[in-house]
Amino acid sequence: MAVLPEQFVDLEPYAAWCLPTEAERYAKRLASSMDELQAFYDAAFERLDEMTAHLDALSYESLPGDASRLLWLCYSLVNVSFPVEVWRQPRVPDSGAAAVDVVVEPAI
Amino acid sequence: MPHFPKPEAGSWTAQYPELGTGPVSYEDSISPSHYEAERDAIFRKTWLNVGRIEQLPRVGSYFTRELAAARTSVVVVKDRDGEVRAFHNICRHRGNQLVWNDFPTEEVSGTCRQFTCKYHGWRYDLDGSLSFVQQESEFFDLDKADYGLAAVQAEVWEGFIFVNLDPTNTTSARQYLGRLGTGLEGYPFGEMTQVHKYRADVGANWKLFIDAFAEFYHAPILHAKQSVDGESRKLVGYGFEALSYDIDGPHGMVSSWGGMSPPKDESMVKPIERKLRSGLFGPWDRPIEIDELPPGLNPARHPAWGIDSFVLFPNFMILVWAPNWYLTYHYWPTSYNTHVFEGTLYFVPPKNASERLAQELAAVTFKEYALQDGNTLEATQRMLESRAVTEFPLNDQEILLRHLHRTARDHVAKHQSDHPAETAVAISAVS
Repeated sequence: MAVLPEQFVDLEPYAAWCLPTEAERYAKRLASSMDELQAFYDAAFERLDEMTAHLDALSYESLPGDASRLLWLCYSLVNVSFPVEVWRQPRVPDSGAAAVDVVVEPAI
Repeated sequence: MPHFPKPEAGSWTAQYPELGTGPVSYEDSISPSHYEAERDAIFRKTWLNVGRIEQLPRVGSYFTRELAAARTSVVVVKDRDGEVRAFHNICRHRGNQLVWNDFPTEEVSGTCRQFTCKYHGWRYDLDGSLSFVQQESEFFDLDKADYGLAAVQAEVWEGFIFVNLDPTNTTSARQYLGRLGTGLEGYPFGEMTQVHKYRADVGANWKLFIDAFAEFYHAPILHAKQSVDGESRKLVGYGFEALSYDIDGPHGMVSSWGGMSPPKDESMVKPIERKLRSGLFGPWDRPIEIDELPPGLNPARHPAWGIDSFVLFPNFMILVWAPNWYLTYHYWPTSYNTHVFEGTLYFVPPKNASERLAQELAAVTFKEYALQDGNTLEATQRMLESRAVTEFPLNDQEILLRHLHRTARDHVAKHQSDHPAETAVAISAVS
């Protein structure tokens, strides 16, 4: 069964990035190789304008399930943009043992 | 060559002769006995921000705050009259912590009709009065009116909830915040209710992390990689100069330029920022218009204004960004060389997915920067504790650090001269 709206069927291989919390998205980023992050980034970044256009045509207050998952995938793209565009590694350089955890985030 | 004018005194620091211009010691950040003194002299004496009124949406809404530095836990609640009240989080019967779930040291929030102690079932109304005693007739001459919860002074200023643990305090929170606080009044904090909150355990003295956020001298260097290459080199070349600084009593502020929201040239920023029209300085498209900023914001009325950072003593910072959102920092000491850091971003609630994504990028960017800042701090604490070097020069753009450490030391000195006996006990207890 499709996870994403049908016009984004090409992104189904990246459905594992449809994660509802920042903690899950960040953990998946740290657990991924740079090749995996780059592949997801390349595929999703190319469709970003179409994804936001699709989502903006819907009511943000009452997104259907497939659209919510698409939005979560966009949040994951935001998260992996740092390793891909800036760090060239999954973790922030020199951040060693430091951890900064989300304790409150929006419901959607 | 300066890009922005300095005051007539010649430097920002020279305007405040009491600060001096010589090298400073950070003994106040590495000494266990100094920290013990700060707990009484600062954290049990001054107004502390513990939250926002949006956290108490209805009658009976409450949250707890673990104030380890002040050796207490408080419960903050909206009572039946809609007033915000605060109490020491302790049952009057045998001293059990009153409000907690599973782990006494973890903060909790919720809504209730009354507070019931887990131990023997004593109940307290939302105004703190003792309303029920289990097997009351077994007690000896117990008058429930004598056993209400121990109140803590609480005050709401611009939607920020403050508590003061000093029962002899006679200064209102608004008076305490002084001119810098008054200058912020009227900013639409209450419209910015979309919250992203982060927490970190930091292995450094609480003042050292404030230092990191009270100067931008470090930004072009420590965060160089966060800009595209050409832009990064340019920023290092410029260095950092603030638009202005201000100090009033124990509090200080720095007003800074910030041309990145939106940038003059989109090639200056990363691809994801161009796409989502957002970045460190926040979403480029302003969600609301503010006809005229309160007088305390962008005090120089500079067109390149980007952000004002207010260091509200002791451990609270408010950062107001030009694109109409704000950020708060709190630093809650847990020992002389550890503290809990909280960073909370407040946006106008998004109207669509694009606005939400722009906010997500700002929030994720904040975290990437905080991770760099946090780890640098542990490296600083570690080497300061070596005492291999004991005096450090501070430049004019680091004036707020000079002021913060001096203010903290002055509070300790005043407390020690007011309470000589207590101080002797505290020092002997840690030595």
